[in-house]
Amino acid sequence: MSSSYYLKEFFGDLPKNIFSGFVVSLVALPLALGLAIASDAPPISGVIASIVGGVICSIFGGSKLTITGPGNGLVVVLLFSINTLGEGNLYQGYLFTLAAVVFSGVLMFLFGLFRLGALSEFFPSSALQGMLAAIGIGILAKQAHVMIGITEIKGSTIEVLSKIPDSFLFILLNPTRENLIPAFIGIVSFFILIFYSKLRNPLFHLIPAPMWVIIFAISLFYYLEVFVLSGSGLSADLLISLPDNLLANLPFPDFSIITTKRFLAAVISITLIASIESLLSIKAVDKLDPEKRRSNVNKDLKALGLATFISGLIGGLNVVTVIARSSVNVNNGGSNKSSNFFHAIFLIGFVLIFQNQIEKIALPALAAILVYTGYKLAAPDNFIRILRVGKEQAAIYLITLFITIYGGIMTGIGFGIVFTFVFHVIINKNFFIFSRNFFKPNVLMYLEQESGNYYISVENFCSFLNFYKLKRKIGEIPENQHAIIDFSLCDFVDHTVMEDLSDYQRTFNRKGGVFEIIGLDSHSADTQHPFAIRKSLPSNDFFNFQNNLTKRQVSLKQLASILNWRYSPENSFITSKLEAFTYFKTKTLNYQYNELSSLENSFKIVDVSYSEGAFIAKDNLLATFMVIDLKYSIPKFVLDRDFILSTFSEFSNYSEINLNRFPDFSKRFYLAGSNKSKIKNLFDSKLIFFFESHSYYRIESSGNEILIKGKSRVLSINEIKSLLSFSRELLNLLNNKYL
Amino acid sequence: MGFAFSPNLKANVYEAMRLSSSLGKSLFFLHVGAKSPEKQRVFKDILNGAPMGPSSIKTIWESGDPVKVITHQCKKNNIDLLLLGALQRENVLKFYLGSIARKLTRKAPCSVFLMIKPSIENVAANHMVVNAFKSTQTEVTIRAAFEYARSMNIPNITLVDEINQSEVDINVDDDFSLKKSTKRKEELNKEEGARLSKILSGVPKHLVSNKNIKSQNIFGTRGYSISHYAKIVRADILVINSVEKRLFFLSRIFPKDLDYILSELPTDVLIIKPSANV
Repeated sequence: MSSSYYLKEFFGDLPKNIFSGFVVSLVALPLALGLAIASDAPPISGVIASIVGGVICSIFGGSKLTITGPGNGLVVVLLFSINTLGEGNLYQGYLFTLAAVVFSGVLMFLFGLFRLGALSEFFPSSALQGMLAAIGIGILAKQAHVMIGITEIKGSTIEVLSKIPDSFLFILLNPTRENLIPAFIGIVSFFILIFYSKLRNPLFHLIPAPMWVIIFAISLFYYLEVFVLSGSGLSADLLISLPDNLLANLPFPDFSIITTKRFLAAVISITLIASIESLLSIKAVDKLDPEKRRSNVNKDLKALGLATFISGLIGGLNVVTVIARSSVNVNNGGSNKSSNFFHAIFLIGFVLIFQNQIEKIALPALAAILVYTGYKLAAPDNFIRILRVGKEQAAIYLITLFITIYGGIMTGIGFGIVFTFVFHVIINKNFFIFSRNFFKPNVLMYLEQESGNYYISVENFCSFLNFYKLKRKIGEIPENQHAIIDFSLCDFVDHTVMEDLSDYQRTFNRKGGVFEIIGLDSHSADTQHPFAIRKSLPSNDFFNFQNNLTKRQVSLKQLASILNWRYSPENSFITSKLEAFTYFKTKTLNYQYNELSSLENSFKIVDVSYSEGAFIAKDNLLATFMVIDLKYSIPKFVLDRDFILSTFSEFSNYSEINLNRFPDFSKRFYLAGSNKSKIKNLFDSKLIFFFESHSYYRIESSGNEILIKGKSRVLSINEIKSLLSFSRELLNLLNNKYL
Repeated sequence: MGFAFSPNLKANVYEAMRLSSSLGKSLFFLHVGAKSPEKQRVFKDILNGAPMGPSSIKTIWESGDPVKVITHQCKKNNIDLLLLGALQRENVLKFYLGSIARKLTRKAPCSVFLMIKPSIENVAANHMVVNAFKSTQTEVTIRAAFEYARSMNIPNITLVDEINQSEVDINVDDDFSLKKSTKRKEELNKEEGARLSKILSGVPKHLVSNKNIKSQNIFGTRGYSISHYAKIVRADILVINSVEKRLFFLSRIFPKDLDYILSELPTDVLIIKPSANV
């Protein structure tokens, strides 16, 4: 493909990316302001980081869909740095911290230059989760007070956390107008964020949740100003203040303490967290990419370093890759780096045009966004998920979490690593397996010349300590190939490895390859071998609730026996090729359960858990799907109710098809596909009448399979029955046509 | 055959007897240490108990530094192949293979055979793995391996060509570099395949016939890869090049390639010195 082809594609995709950049900027603005305020830095510093990040990383970065800007993981580090370096003087601390930001930019650039993108892989996954949870609690603790309008709480995370009930009590005991209005704004904002994903109204979802919060806060302010005589009642310290002349008053970092120890410590922890957050986000965004591209993390690190360096010089915070904003970008049809660039341009526009309106945003509204962010980081379901993997993982998680809260991030993650290793030694009852083999290579990979499969054998042990060796080998395999990983020579495989391997499995599946893990069967039987291995195997990944079936499950079972079908209620990995459908292109498939399938396998009804977006922009969804396996192939198409109601990116490869002979049908349904004439041939009057006369389903064909989706939730027994009869009739019609 | 009075002595001796009779060569036993009537008696008993043996057996008893004595005797008696019983895994305490076997593999004037699983019963070897990386010695090694395979009746032979990662010289960062590196590997595979078939065509026909010959290219650390591979395919014998002569003093330091194999022997290892014939 020539460069002119790429250029054409780039310009063709431009409108999509401009739109996506716009939606992202709606999320980015409140987050940038909020994260800066939470760090005790001037609000504009977050916006500067977003703008510089968007411009620099879209030009020099290596990944296509990521959005860059100030990150939530850094809030705690920056807050600590601003408060300690300034010794109480926040503005001075901010200037010192800017210098630290500049240095961390240089360090990150060097990380990228020396190809240390693998850095984040040396952290055991549970310890990392514990650290992130501690960061979440740190953010939540402080912002919970601001959310109800109390800004003067200071102290360590534990102290601040313990004062939350007092603050709520204070508002309840002193219900004055000045106290109630900020608390009202904060709490309503918080509820908007919580219930946003519960409301599945597509029109409502066109604007991201944080922007609804901002719209609510600003409109309430104007309502109070205009219609209520006594004004908004919000004091100045509960409103955002932006510098009067944005361009002229850029602060410059203060380099006067760069030789001190605490400055050095600040630089190191900022760099560490910025790198980890970025690398984790890049990895997560790659999983969402509909075009399944692989990001060049080292190139990204270089770009982020450069952006951070520049951002620090002109008064902005660190630039990192951020997951929530990136996932919003993916969901709104962003397809290349230009959306990151446009998000920055829109931010500049917002700040210049809406400066007055931005200054009307009440801090409690922003704090609500941060509390929600913090809660998502520290959410109990993360802990439960880890507990399911193994008790020792939960212990590592908790140890890291508490040490991080008490002793700071560097101490926390350090102890997390040490404890993980200690647990591994205890589980193996053997230190030598690690000491003897630590420096030795342990991975062999070759392309089997007879079968054309890639075969990887791992020996000795495989844990977070030497996982990078295995990763490097796996990285050399094109993901559309068949890879086999053999652990039969390996005595110990830890949780970090197992978790990541299942990610690889997913990536290979997405790209049409196969990724098999073999040689672990004997491990589970052997008591010497650890928990994590057995627990990490997919089939045992979830709690087994099936001891007593729910009412719906009992009815499903009955239905299965009436139809003489198979029924399995267990959670398991997705068994059908759902990735092949465009519906799941930007979604992550989690697991399936309640599988009901006909004996000859032509029908399969299954409840699927999948998610859209990531982190605070993440929606977890459960829905019932019918998959019909065809014995012949039909053209690929999507039949949906209406265009606006679907996500934009779903249809990127398809164009709309209007059937002129059936204007009523074309009015009611949206039909899209790539092969127009074949589809027109398929949709004859019988089929059209069938669709028009039945209740509405979303129907998609992948060629050999048909996916039918009813509502965006799990269907009831009766709905399943009507879905079944619908599917049978549809299959009959198709069979008549093709057989 | 160098021997010590270890629990494996009997099995080692039996293996040596079988090997030398199959190859049709005479056998020298060499014990480094004092000669005592007790030791002599034990050794005699073992020899007499053996079901088969070569036409001529000679036993030498000599005290001194093991490495020096063995290399000296090898030269003096014009030995072709030195057999050593070895431990599979190297350990600081079990210094036998650790230093003596290592030094011997480097200094011995002949080929060396390291046995890790000697057995009293005759266990037929089934699969031989031979190194085939690009080196001037490789051709000799492969030919010697085929001769050995014929004498010992080994039906399966796999030639493993280890290609250093540095030859690919592309870091995989993203899809583009992955494509490039995959393409480069395909090219290298072709080149190496051509080189190997050239070597194979040079091997006398009667050695190649009736053998099941496979080849496998591996991109990875030299020495390590073949050792790991031999473990996976459960090879019975691994045939490798000996150390190439180096001119510079610094490069006399034991090479890393062989190190990987010697520190954890995957199976019996035959190290071929180009000057010697098996």
